Amino acid sequence: MFIIKLIREKTLQVFSVLIIVYLMLPLAVIILLSFNKPKGRQNTSWNEFSLDAWTNICRDQTICRAFSTSIQIGLLVTIISTIIGTMISFALIRHRYRGRGTTSLLVFLPLATPEVILGASLLALFLNIFIPLGFWTILLAQITFTISFVVVVVNARLAGMDPKLEQAAMDLYATPLQTFRYITFPIALPGILAAALLSFSLSFDDFIVTTFNSGRIVTFPIYIWGAALRGIPPQVNVIASLMFLGSLLLILVASLISKNRRATKV
Amino acid sequence: MASNRPKVEDLHLVNLTKSFDDFKAVDNLSLTIPAGSFFALLGPSGCGKTTTLRMVAGLDEPTSGQIKLGPDDITNLPPYKRWVNTVFQSYALFPHLTIYENVAFGLRRQKAENIDDQVKAMLELVELTTQAQKKPQQLSGGQQQRVALARALINEPDVLLLDEPLGALDLKLRRQMQLELKRIQTEVGITFVHVTHDQEEAMTMADTIAVMNEGKIEQLGSPVQIYEHPKTVFVANFLGQTNLFEGTVAGIEGDELVVKVKDTTFYVPLATTDIRSGRIILGVRPEKVKIVDQGKTGLPKNQINGSIKLTAFVGVSTQYEVITNWGQEISAFEQNVDPTDLGRPGQAVTLAWEPRHSFVLNPDDDLSAGLDTSWDE
Amino acid sequence: MSIAQESIITKPTRRRIKRTPYLLILPGIGWLFLFFIFPLSTLFATSLQKPAGISPDDGFLPAFKVSNYSSALVEYYPQFFRGFLYSGIATVICLLLAYPIAYYMAFRARKYRNLMLVLIVAPFFASFLLRTNAWKTILSGDGIVVGFLNSFNLLPQDRILNTSLAVVAGLTYNFLPFMILPLYTSLEKIDPRLIEAAGDLYSPPSQRFWKVVWPLSIPGVISGTLLTFIPASGDYINAELLGSIKDKMIGNVIQSQFIDLRDYPTASALSFTFMAIILVMIYLYIRRAGTDDLV
Repeated sequence: MFIIKLIREKTLQVFSVLIIVYLMLPLAVIILLSFNKPKGRQNTSWNEFSLDAWTNICRDQTICRAFSTSIQIGLLVTIISTIIGTMISFALIRHRYRGRGTTSLLVFLPLATPEVILGASLLALFLNIFIPLGFWTILLAQITFTISFVVVVVNARLAGMDPKLEQAAMDLYATPLQTFRYITFPIALPGILAAALLSFSLSFDDFIVTTFNSGRIVTFPIYIWGAALRGIPPQVNVIASLMFLGSLLLILVASLISKNRRATKV
Repeated sequence: MASNRPKVEDLHLVNLTKSFDDFKAVDNLSLTIPAGSFFALLGPSGCGKTTTLRMVAGLDEPTSGQIKLGPDDITNLPPYKRWVNTVFQSYALFPHLTIYENVAFGLRRQKAENIDDQVKAMLELVELTTQAQKKPQQLSGGQQQRVALARALINEPDVLLLDEPLGALDLKLRRQMQLELKRIQTEVGITFVHVTHDQEEAMTMADTIAVMNEGKIEQLGSPVQIYEHPKTVFVANFLGQTNLFEGTVAGIEGDELVVKVKDTTFYVPLATTDIRSGRIILGVRPEKVKIVDQGKTGLPKNQINGSIKLTAFVGVSTQYEVITNWGQEISAFEQNVDPTDLGRPGQAVTLAWEPRHSFVLNPDDDLSAGLDTSWDE
Repeated sequence: MSIAQESIITKPTRRRIKRTPYLLILPGIGWLFLFFIFPLSTLFATSLQKPAGISPDDGFLPAFKVSNYSSALVEYYPQFFRGFLYSGIATVICLLLAYPIAYYMAFRARKYRNLMLVLIVAPFFASFLLRTNAWKTILSGDGIVVGFLNSFNLLPQDRILNTSLAVVAGLTYNFLPFMILPLYTSLEKIDPRLIEAAGDLYSPPSQRFWKVVWPLSIPGVISGTLLTFIPASGDYINAELLGSIKDKMIGNVIQSQFIDLRDYPTASALSFTFMAIILVMIYLYIRRAGTDDLV
């Protein structure tokens, strides 16, 4: 019995580790190849160690321009969709009103729409009403699909919040506005931040919707797509590695801070 | 905790009704709660007591009726404009604020002066000074309960509402907090309205108890009054254990009513009831019933013979289940003076009690009213 | 996306109609009408247009050309079928891979739980295109994976790249986190004492799983499968980068009709058909699984 139990426990553990390895494998390749000096244009197999790409990230201006475009779009999308989505979420979770079901259906539909169709339908609209494609059309398109993700994430946080907390605040002489400012908002904040992080990563990494509506604007994913045929320069790998390691560091620091905060107060 | 507000006022509920769809949670309730009293709304879950409380707090709006604090109609005031504070059932402490900030919350909203002094004094009163900088989830249940109390009390409301405030605590802590609450109430002199389904808790703390059932008040009175002289079967059953007998009035002897139950005759003082003829329900609390060997003399006037079915030794008392010759089970509690002398199952005994310990109930009541509610929590 | 979400709603405290919720939803609903519903209707209108001339540069005229649909379906039904087949297989594999690790994180991982979560989320920040491209390196003909599998004669075509296997593997890889996260969220909510109670009530381990854990994790399974299946079925990146010309999915067709061929009516008709099929599938799936709350 004990042996069987042990095997079962260990199998689960080994399997989980393997899945993590599977998820990490391409990242290892990306990081490894960022130190590569490719033989030809294609940076797909190991040739020679080099720090060239790391010391000279912006040698090809288009890479860094694409990267900064993506960052700009990402930040704008994050701000706008987080605000709009959070507002919807508050209405859905904190209020009962006529049309609540329709609201939630309308929020769900973009999630149920494959990206090609989202991109294509916006393209059809922009073409039909002669809006020139570019920075702003990318922004509009990305906000459209990130709103729903924001709503889902903030909903999860708000639904777990006891409505009695707000009632208690009102009972303790807080006006509705003060209740929002001092109770509801601070408690919902971690969910709102998570939603913002998610919408940034969705925007930054989006290719399909963006490529339909980009016109001549080159975002970071569009650059990679174009370069994939000619050969992706190792500088792209450097940027991706930095993004990955940076986000890893950010999350770890954040979790350490919150753990410390918890530890000092116990 | 200085305040220049006028003195505490009586709370009046006038024809208060709250309907949810076609269900009446509170049904035309009228009640005056005197200033400075410790008032308990007692009843099983779903009886409308919490809804009543929430209407007083301003968290639910009455379908009709009025709530008045002294001369002021507060029925339509939002919660943040009423001098009423609530201790919530699950405390509803703000998880992102420290204990200090939780307690200071109400004062900050009112832009009070000397907030720091008041908070410190209040934390001292509830013995939480050392915990001031912790977050609520780091405190034990009993400590959280005290924070919830402090957070409401510090505002010196006219009325403090307590919604099952001790429900989440274990028995020993609950007993301790009951006495603590009683002490604090006497100290601050604020009206406490306490909602509970625990009859013992209500009786320990309250000066006045209103027993509620299905949105209405069944009986209002001091703990002694409603325990000793319940007016309905529901109240008799809900507050402790009761033996009930269905019988008919056989006549009047002196200042006592004579009641026939099967082949047995009982006596009740005339003063306890207006009923002079017809069917009747007679009740007596188990601790009033003496249990003795058959054939003894010098016993109280009301007597039944039977045999012991069950003996349970519970420490402070011994509890007996006795079967009468017509098959009814009767409980009798004997104070534990000499535990070697316990009755044995099957033993023939006589049960006896004084006529003045009996009470009379409406013959149309359902005998099981208020019985199965002990399962509600 | 936790689709089955218990929403806590406070009873209305005032009888008059509240303006607040409508003000809150106004920007979002306005936005979605303008940039989601309205574009979909333009897409529908476009799907019925007829060409104005011979070249797409001549533009298209409003019409009611239903035959756009029939001809598009007749021509591209294999890609439709392939799209749903590949994404269906990838979804099933994702579920099989994700459930054990989500279970492990929810009930066993303890102090490693957060680290694992971070490692599952962090790849999102390194470009999805680049990660898919990295699989080209890993699966290349001279790589160890192919060499290893070939030494056991496990590969019918002696290669992985440019086969349907690579496409399904790519889809599986890309959408696995979208399966793990909702599964983990719903498993984490299960009180471990329930499993103990089931054991106490004479359930052997397998029953403990099928009678207690699995039913309680259904919301996560629904969210996860939808979050995997929907984007995977419309994906064209994996087929483009990892597959051969014979592995094109419906996403590839819509993309090339729109971008390369600029045959907007056909592309729109395909998109619309695709959308309709997806919505019907979701509807049937959610009905069968018994969830009403969508978001």
